[in-house]
Order: sequence, then C-alpha cells, then structure tokens
Amino acid sequence: MSNLLEVKEVSKNFGDFKALNKVSITVPKGSIFGLLGPNGAGKTTLIRVINQITMPDYGKVHLDGELLNPIHIKDIGYLPEERGLYKSMKVGEQALYLAQLKGLSKAEARTRLKYWFERLEIGDWWNKKIQELSKGMAQKIQFVVTVLHQPKLLIFDEPFSGFDPINANLIKDEILRLREEGATVIFSTHRMESVEELCDDIALIHKSNKILDGKLIDVKRQYKINTYEVGIRTNNKESLEQELANKFETSIANFKTLEDELKLNIKLSETDTPNDLLNYLTSKGELSHFVELIPSVNDIFIQTVKNN
Amino acid sequence: MNHLPLIIKREYLTKVKNKSFIIMTILSPVIMIALIAFVAYLSQLNNDKVRVISILDESGLVQDVFKSTETTVYNKLEGMSLEEAKIISKETDSYGLLYIDRFDDIETVSKHIKFYSEESPSITFISDLEIKLGEKLTNLQLRKNDIDIELINTSKISVNIAQESFTGEKTSTVDSIIKLVFGLAAGYLLFMFIIIYGNMIMRSVIEEKTSRIIEVIISSVKPVQLMLGKIIGTSLAGITQFIIWMVFGGLLMTIVSLVLGVNLLETETPQQELMQMASEGIDFKYLFESFKTSLENLPVMNLIIAFILFFVCGYLLYSSLYAAIGAAVDNETDTQQFLFPIMVPLILAVYIGIFTVIEDPHGTVSTVFSFIPLTSPVVMLMRIPFGVPLWQQLVSLLLLIGTFMFTVWFAAKIYRVGILMYGKKPSYKELIKWIKY
Repeated sequence: MSNLLEVKEVSKNFGDFKALNKVSITVPKGSIFGLLGPNGAGKTTLIRVINQITMPDYGKVHLDGELLNPIHIKDIGYLPEERGLYKSMKVGEQALYLAQLKGLSKAEARTRLKYWFERLEIGDWWNKKIQELSKGMAQKIQFVVTVLHQPKLLIFDEPFSGFDPINANLIKDEILRLREEGATVIFSTHRMESVEELCDDIALIHKSNKILDGKLIDVKRQYKINTYEVGIRTNNKESLEQELANKFETSIANFKTLEDELKLNIKLSETDTPNDLLNYLTSKGELSHFVELIPSVNDIFIQTVKNN
Repeated sequence: MNHLPLIIKREYLTKVKNKSFIIMTILSPVIMIALIAFVAYLSQLNNDKVRVISILDESGLVQDVFKSTETTVYNKLEGMSLEEAKIISKETDSYGLLYIDRFDDIETVSKHIKFYSEESPSITFISDLEIKLGEKLTNLQLRKNDIDIELINTSKISVNIAQESFTGEKTSTVDSIIKLVFGLAAGYLLFMFIIIYGNMIMRSVIEEKTSRIIEVIISSVKPVQLMLGKIIGTSLAGITQFIIWMVFGGLLMTIVSLVLGVNLLETETPQQELMQMASEGIDFKYLFESFKTSLENLPVMNLIIAFILFFVCGYLLYSSLYAAIGAAVDNETDTQQFLFPIMVPLILAVYIGIFTVIEDPHGTVSTVFSFIPLTSPVVMLMRIPFGVPLWQQLVSLLLLIGTFMFTVWFAAKIYRVGILMYGKKPSYKELIKWIKY
C-alpha cells in the first residue's frame, strides 16, 4: 500500500519561536492517522502546512506522489478546531459558496448538498440562518461542507467536540464510511479513546518535534510492559500475596469480580513466560482472571511526553 | 483556481442584502432631506418672529433711518432718560435698546452710539446697524460740508475685471467658484467614501475572525485573494449605495421642494454666492452665460480620468490598510490605536485641500501635499479643476500607485498572519515581525 501523504523534514519558525522542527510523517492511503500531542505542540501548524495556509521554511510535502501545490486544494477537506460559519448567511447559500470555493460547480454542489442534507436529516435547515441553529447543528453543516467535494485527504481537528453522544456516533460512522469509500483521514484529537477505536497509525508531536510514530499496534508492542492482571480464589490471601510478592514484581489491581479474590498486577521478568506464571498460579488456587495489560494510548501519550 | 469573482459576488450580495445596509440606504437620504427641510423651516420660523428694537435718539439725527418692517419693529422712544428707556425696553420685551447721545458735531455722535441688551446681540445684526447708521451720518457730514451727494452717487464707477489666461481661455470669478466646488466635492467624496466603506471592510474582516470561519476559507483561497475580493465587493456595494443615494436624494429633494414650495438648493453655497452677486447688480443673463462657459472651460476629460484614477488608487490604498487593521485585532474596540495613524493623513489632506487649495491652488503647500501618496488623492482631486500640469499629475499618480502596491503587499502580509491570531492585541513591533513570517 502506497502513501497518500509524505511530510519530509518540515520546519517552521515564527520569529524566534520554532513551531516545527524537522517533522516527518507518512500517511498510508486509506488509513486513519492519529495526530497527537499536547496543547501547543505544533499540530495545528503542521495541519496548516498541509493545507497550504502556512508555508514551511524548510522541508517538502508530497500529496499522492506530487509536490504540494495549489491544485491540491480541492483534494483536501479540512475541519479546523477553531471553526465557524457566517452567522447571518443562510445555511444553503453558505454551503454552496464554500463548496464552490473548493472547485465544485454550483449545480454539482447543489445536488450533493441535497443528498447529504437528506442523509443527515437536516433538509429543512436550507433556508435558516446559522445564528438560528444550535452549536451542534452548525457543526453538522460544517462536517458536510468539509467532505462535500469528496477529497482524497480529510483532516479533522477535534471533530467530535460540541456533539452529543448520538451525533458524535453518527459522525464517527460517517468518517468510517468515507474511509471505506477510499478517503484517507488525518485525525487530531485529545480524546484517546477515539484514537484507540479509530486510528490505524499515529504520530506524537511534542515541543515542535515528532517523538513517536508508527502503526498503532506496533507502538503498543513497543510499549508492552509484560504485566498481567490476575484474580485468584484462595483461603489464605495474605500468605499467597506475600509469596507472589517475593517471587515477582506485584502491585494491587482493581477490577470487578463476583467473589472476594486476591487481585494483583504481576510483572514478569524477561526470562519468565506467561505460561510459567499461569502454571504457577493454578497450582496455588482457582484462577478466575488472567489478562495481559496492553498499554493504552493514554498511557503511552503521558509516558512519552513526560520522558521528553 | 481563481475564486476572486466568487468572493466579490458573495461580499457584494451579503452587504447589499444586509438589513441595516438596506435601511441605511433608504433612510439616509430621507433623514438628510428631512434635516435640510427642518433647518429651512426653522430659519423661516426665525425670520417670522417679530423683533422689537427700542431706540432712544437724543441727537435727533437718525430719526428717519429706521423704518419698521414685517420682522423688525423699531420702537422710537422720546422725552425720557436713558435709565427710563432701559426699563421700558425691558418691559416691552425688546431685543435691545439703541442709544444715540446728543453732541454738537456728528463725529462725536458717531463715537458714542451704544446698544444695550439682555443677551449679546448677533454679529450680523450689529454690523447691519453700523452700516445703516454710518451711511446716514456720512451723508449728514457730507451735506454739512456742502458736498453734492447726487454728484458723488453718479460719479461712482464699478469695475469688473475680465480674466483671461495666456493661452486665451477666458475665466471669471464664477469660474473659480465652480472649480472650487468641483474640487472640494471630489476630494470630500473620496474622504467620505474611504471612511464609510473602509470601516465596513474592517468590520467584515473582524466578523470573519470572530465567527472563526476564516480558517475554513483560507484553506480554499489565498488570503490576498480573500482580502482583495472583500475590498472590491464592499466597494461595489458602496458605489451602489452612493448611486441610490444620489438618485433617490435628488428625487426626494425635488418632491419636497415642490410640496413645501421652498427651494432647498438656496441653502447651498454656490447658489447663495450667485444670489449675492445678483443682488449686487450683476445681471442674470451675463451670469448664466459665464456659468455656461465656466463649465465648458473645465478640463472635463482630464477631470474624469484623473478622478477615476486617483479615486480608485487612493481608495484601495486606504482600504487595504483598513483590512490589515481588521485582521490584526479581535474586536472593534481594539482598532482605535491603529486607526489613528491612518486618520491623521486623511484629515490633514482634507484641511490642506480646504485651506490652501482655495487660497492658492498652485502654491508650495498644496503642490507638495498633492505629491505625498497618503494625502495626494484628496489634495490632487481638489487641485485638478484649476488645471494641473500633466507631468505633476503623472508623477503624483506613479508615486501613488507605487505606494498602493507596497501597501497592498504590506497589508496582505499582516492580513495573512493576523487572521489566524487570536487573543492578545498585537503591538506595532509585533506587526512588523509578522511581515517576516
């Protein structure tokens, strides 16, 4: 599978402030790419470089094999975090205008808008002014405008903020459907659970530098901690706990169970295998719970940012 | 992709469809006409009021000078002291008391005339009294010295200098007045246009920033395109408004004049000037002829071409600055400190135009300021009706175009960075830094 977007060693300075320092990312075609980082890390600057809003001082960006140029404006759909619409303009007129700016003809834009408005059941908003709509309603219009010109690359910056859970789910399903239809998605958010759920690849930017990137699963493997969460039923909890603590690195675990079990996190040394632990534990009591602890994106995020 | 026409169309349509714009377009001429009519009505009302003036003439010299009219009644008092006269004129609610003391010779009398009143009288009223009394006393003095007044009157000669330029163009005083009116109107029009529509552009930029749509838009179009589209679209809306004002205003003016039977135009300067001349004994036919030749004498083609060029360049220069200010700030209250430096040259231009161009259209001050780019559009437009050498016009225009291009480039830089900056109000130092981003 080839890459849709390749950002190579892009740097950008604002006066004395370095906003991006030789940042490179590659976004595979058809993937959902999570762009993560603390506030002020440089994510928005990177997104603006990709959108040709900001010109990089150094480095190159290739979209679908071509050096980024103004023709690519129609190939990108961007939903910024700071978003809004003309308050006193009617929904329909406004959507038509924004679609035309992305290079659609008026007739084509109208047909597609009708389709989308019906799909999201917002057809009767056409003649309303934005100021008459709620924030969530305006967000829906914005989403439609972002995807209307069927861009190859979709960039969403915090797409779910302002939505109730039902609408957030609706938008999530639409994003997944667009991916099915061949779009590539860059997804910037602070909601780690959506990253877990949606992203195939991630990159983490911190203090203007990229400090981590790759397939989500590879990143997780890399951050594997070799720790297992176990629950065991025994008559003598204290002595077993003591025994395990002598043998392994343990800590108290917390999860829901039906009986009063001994709950521990057990970290294996490099020489031990999970099977050794399993055999050992079954000899000591009735095992009710045995799960490998996989680091969450949240943990990885916090750990990496702290270490840097 | 060139989206400029699309942006211009949107800017134009949103402005024109805007409720307050429509209301302003219709209401402004109505209010203006109503105001003029109201002032005309008030001044009539003022004239209708009868003004009583008490006169105590102890010298007996000026008895026949004051004859009561519809609006002024002279109440001649006799056989009482000054103090009594003061009390009476107060009781009769007089505008004031004119007191002429008794002396033997006329000159001393003239030096001891006094006017007592509750409030200080108007200057025109006093000078009117002075002229009347002066005339009467002069005549008395002449007669006393045995000089024939009739002879003096018939010997008076009035001179009317015919003016002609070296190339043979005839000019007259009427000519200069017409040139002045054209020049002032053109300069002032540009001034008004810049202020009204420059502000409108600024507000529309701020609106895009506060509604946060700006980032969506500039991911599709270049900021410079958006800025130019905004300026052109708003200007077209402005021209539309101006045309409606002129047509509608003219129409209303005619209707109101017909209905009220008042010629509102009389209140305007040139007409007044003409009326004054007419009353001074210049015959009307000659005046009309000279009016016509004056119009024909104006460098019409030059005027039209120069008007368009200077107006467009001057307006674009200032409006791009307004756009940059709009981009630099978050809300309208923050604009003041940046508006000040662009208002100064603009107001300076208008004052220089009014004070020095009238005095001497080709003097050093007006010539210099008609070259300086920020003041040149207004000052040059005021000078051109008086005939400005072509080379001066061209140099001034080239300077203006050069500055205009630099300003648009500069404003575009500020605009490009500013529209994405939120939060704190930038300082001038930061604005300069933005140019390097």
